[in-house]
This record gives sequence, C-alpha cells and structure tokens, in this order.
Amino acid sequence: MTLDVGVRHSFDSFTIDAEFRVPPGVTALFGPSGAGKTTILNAIAGFIRPKSGRISLDDVILLDIARNVLVPARRRCIGVVFQDARLFPHLSVKQNLLYGWKRSAKNPAIRIDSIISLLGLSALLERKPKNLSGGEKSRVALGRALLASPRALLLDEPLAALDTKRKLEILPYLERLAHETRIPVLYVSHALDEVTHLAERMILLSDGRIRAEGTVFELMSRLDLYSGKDHLRPGAVLEATIENHDTEHALTALAFAGGRLIVPHIPRAPGDKVRVRIDAQDVMLALSEPPQISANNVLPAIVSDMRVDEGPYADVQLAMGQTRLVSRITKLSAERLKLAPGAKVFALIKSVTVGGRENKNGLAAYAAKP
Amino acid sequence: MMVLSPAEAEALLLSLKVASVAVLGALPFAFAIALLLARRRFPGKTLLDGIVHLPLVLPPVALGYLLLVMLGTNAPIGAWLLGNFGIRFVFSWTGAALASAILTFPFQVRAIRLALEAEDPGLSQAAETLGAGPLDRLLTLHLPLALPGLLAGAITAFAACLGEFGAIITFASNIPGETRTLPLAIYTALQTPGGEEMATRLAALSILLALAGLLLSEFAAQRLRMVNEK
Repeated sequence: MTLDVGVRHSFDSFTIDAEFRVPPGVTALFGPSGAGKTTILNAIAGFIRPKSGRISLDDVILLDIARNVLVPARRRCIGVVFQDARLFPHLSVKQNLLYGWKRSAKNPAIRIDSIISLLGLSALLERKPKNLSGGEKSRVALGRALLASPRALLLDEPLAALDTKRKLEILPYLERLAHETRIPVLYVSHALDEVTHLAERMILLSDGRIRAEGTVFELMSRLDLYSGKDHLRPGAVLEATIENHDTEHALTALAFAGGRLIVPHIPRAPGDKVRVRIDAQDVMLALSEPPQISANNVLPAIVSDMRVDEGPYADVQLAMGQTRLVSRITKLSAERLKLAPGAKVFALIKSVTVGGRENKNGLAAYAAKP
Repeated sequence: MMVLSPAEAEALLLSLKVASVAVLGALPFAFAIALLLARRRFPGKTLLDGIVHLPLVLPPVALGYLLLVMLGTNAPIGAWLLGNFGIRFVFSWTGAALASAILTFPFQVRAIRLALEAEDPGLSQAAETLGAGPLDRLLTLHLPLALPGLLAGAITAFAACLGEFGAIITFASNIPGETRTLPLAIYTALQTPGGEEMATRLAALSILLALAGLLLSEFAAQRLRMVNEK
C-alpha cells in the first residue's frame, strides 16, 4: 500500500506545490510552522479541496481535480490522529474506540483486544475523556483511528500538545506502532527529535515546497540542509546494534556499519537495534590518533563532504563504511587542519554526549529499533 | 399546602397542557433553525435570525391579532385548514398552544444554537474520518452534545408559555376549560367581585412554577458545560 500525494493550493500570497510518495512505514513530513504541513494533511484527509492535485492510495483515486474526483473524508479510509486528540466528550473511552470500528469495513488483522493491549488502554475503557491525562487522550485517539481499519494513517503533531513527561509516556507506543504497522503512516511534525526517533523516511517541507526527501539517516547527514531559515539541527542519526554491556562502568558498546561506539548504558538487550543521534558539535576532529585522551570513541573516518558558511562554522561530513557522521568545527580549525574531501581524520566523540544526556525536549538521544 | 378549587385545577392543567404541546411542537423546528443558524452561511441569514427573534419584542396582543386575521375561520388560511383538515385554531386550546409556541420560539432557538456553537468543530471532522456521514454525525454527535441546551431551551420556553396572556386572549379567547390558562384565570378572578383570594393563590402558583422552571433550566445549562468539557 502506497499513498501518492500531489497537491497544489494557494491562499493569500502562500503557495503549496508538493508531490511525494508515502510507502508503508513511517514517513515524517517535517518543516517549520507555516510551511504548509497542515494544509497538505487536510487535503489528504479530505477536509479541503486543493486548487489542483491528485491523491491516490495504490490504485484507488481519492482526489483528482482534473477529473473532478473528490472522495469525501468519510469514505477515504484514512485515519487521522489530531494534535488535540478530539475525543468525543459524551462517550466513554470504549465507545470512542468503537466509533470508527462500527462504521468501517473491518480488517481481520485489526483486533480490538490487541489494539487495547498495544496501547495500554484496558484500565481506561470506562472513563470519560475529561478524566484522562494528555498522554492517555493521545493513546485513545490513536487506538480509535487504528480500530477504523485505516488504509493509511495521518498523525498531525500527536505529541506537540504534551509535556515532556507525557511525550516519554506515549513514545514507546508510537515506536511499537511504527514497527508493527505495514500501512503508510505520514507523521507531521516540526519536532526533529520525534522525527529522528520514529520515522524511516523524511520529507523536508519549507514554504510549501519539498526541499529534500530520503531516509532519516541520509537527510540528517546532508550538510546543505543545515543552512537556511528552516535548517535542521546539525547532527547525524545512525542505526546501531547493542553489542554488549560493561556493567562495571555502566557503559554499552554499540556496533554500526563502519565502527563501534561506547555510550552510557542503554537498557536494552544485546542484539537489539537502537538509533543514536550524535550532534555535530559533539564531534571533534584530529589528523592523528591522539594518545592519552579522555574520549572513549576515536573513530577513523574519511571526509566525504564539507560546507563552509558565512558564519564562524565549517560542517564536515565523515564517512565510516556506509555510515555518515557530521562534525561542526570552526572555519579556523578547518583551515589549520587543511581539511578537504578525501582527507583521513579521526572523529573523537565523548561517550557522555551520547544517549546519557537528555536533550532539551527530554527525549533520550537514542530510540529502540527491533 | 394549597388545595385548589376545580376551576383553579382546570386552569393549571390546561396551562400545563398548552405549554407542553407548544414546546414539544416547536422543538423540531427550533432545532432545525438553530442548526441552520449555527452551521450554515447563506444569504438572508441575518433576516432569518431577525424573524426568529421578532416575538421577543413584538407586543403579544399584536401577534394574537395577526394570527386571528390569518387563521380565523373566515380568513383564507384558517378556512382552508378547517375545510381540508378540520383544524381550527381560534377559540381552541390548540390556538393557545400555537400562539405560545411562536412567542417562546426564540428561547428554544437561542439555547439550542448556543449549545451547537459550543461544540468543538474538530469533533465533526474526527467523526468524518471515522466514517460517519452527515445524518450519522447529527444523531451521534451534534444531538447528544446539544441535548442539555435543548433541555434548557425547552424548560425556559415552557416557563414562559405558562405566563402567556395577550396573544391567547386575543387569538384564542378566554373560554373556561378550553383556553383559560393560569394568567387568564388570574385576570378573570380579578374581574370578579371577591375573586382576590383566588387571584392570589393562582399568582403564587404561577411564581412557584416559574421559579422551578428557571432552576431546572440553570441545571440543564450546567450539564451543557459539563458535557462539552474536554
């Protein structure tokens, strides 16, 4: 199942012109507020009629302005989870969950009890929405959308209304959903941490246009996306496997395609896959392997790309096997080391900068991947 | 505790009958108009809103006269209704109910409209994505969420119906057991030598009923706030 989206729309002086595909799995539609994310979501859900465009789910056409096809929202079989949950206040959690289920062509793979246990809802069934916490509301909204057996799922900033604690509470459920679902999921967000945690693919939207598209790993290591007004925070995301734990020092060794990484303890079993985000400013570069240094990670790498901006910084993309890392240093340092693509360097990464520290949104720098 | 004389009990029961029929009969129309005013934009919306609210400022006697002119047995509409359906409004309790319904219509429309407008418009979108069509959403979402508003409007209108005088006496006349509701009975008692005691008792009864109505409608309004709480 693949969702194909082409939307052209304009209002006031703002124009949206975006065309993209959402394959099964989680694709993030990422961009700053005002980039046009919500308009695109509304067009896919069927809440607005764009000036022109075509939207289809495999061979089912949902919208084709040229041929005057406009399937109403209620017949699109597209689940939507709204930022504000939008639970029906007069119905219990159970009745909310069953609202779409009763009205849909049931998918035998979607079972009520399995969704209830996936989202941890069994203790909430008889409650009214007003007696739920923000995180619980989000989970119920997610369950309600899933139980309608959607053929694609749109998540509109489902974590944005939640505080850090609630985010941490619902994130594991979203991770499980992301892994278990085989339908196209479009995750609309302006929070980079959520996107790097959950999404497989990423679509970068700015001013109504698509700036870049690709896997999270590709996009996060692309230096050209770090500048501009809607820049990504410089830093690479890599996928690694837990190799072993050093319980004496409370450390975990990770293996990734191209090297090993020692990080503060990650409570996962050896063999589990995790995602690690390494901020560009936490990666130091050296031309030779420095002796007697506190950093646990000294990784040989080759400079694969460099980008120097007007400011004081130089961004350096590093290749280690198939993996790309990114380092942000000063232009002065880059000149001193005479760095250029092809140069052999050592990347120095302090373990304490990875995983053990929580970033400003309270999300740990790693996420589980089975 | 007051013990009512047969005439007083008759006036009370008639008042309750007239008010009940007036409120229940007008309710579906009030809901439809409130839905129209709350949800749709159309040319002439302000005019419709004005017409709905007109009875609030119209002298009831003038409305009674207007109804008499239109629905009297010799008037075109009245004669047609009588000839084809055997329906006669003048000098009948149904006429009293009709006049009361028109005069208290704005109370119902206002309360229902407020309740409909209090609903988060996002809920309807959510219901759509879950497969609910317009009628489905009306029955499972808008109507239950507006129910306390419906109740508040109906109770206010009911209480106001109990006090209706001018339009009834003009249009339906003052016929004991047929159109002599509580206010008309009070008026009649005052016109009768030695009727002050009866007038006092009926007036006290009216005040009690009105008070109960207002309390009930406030209770319903509180329920509305609770229902819409997220």
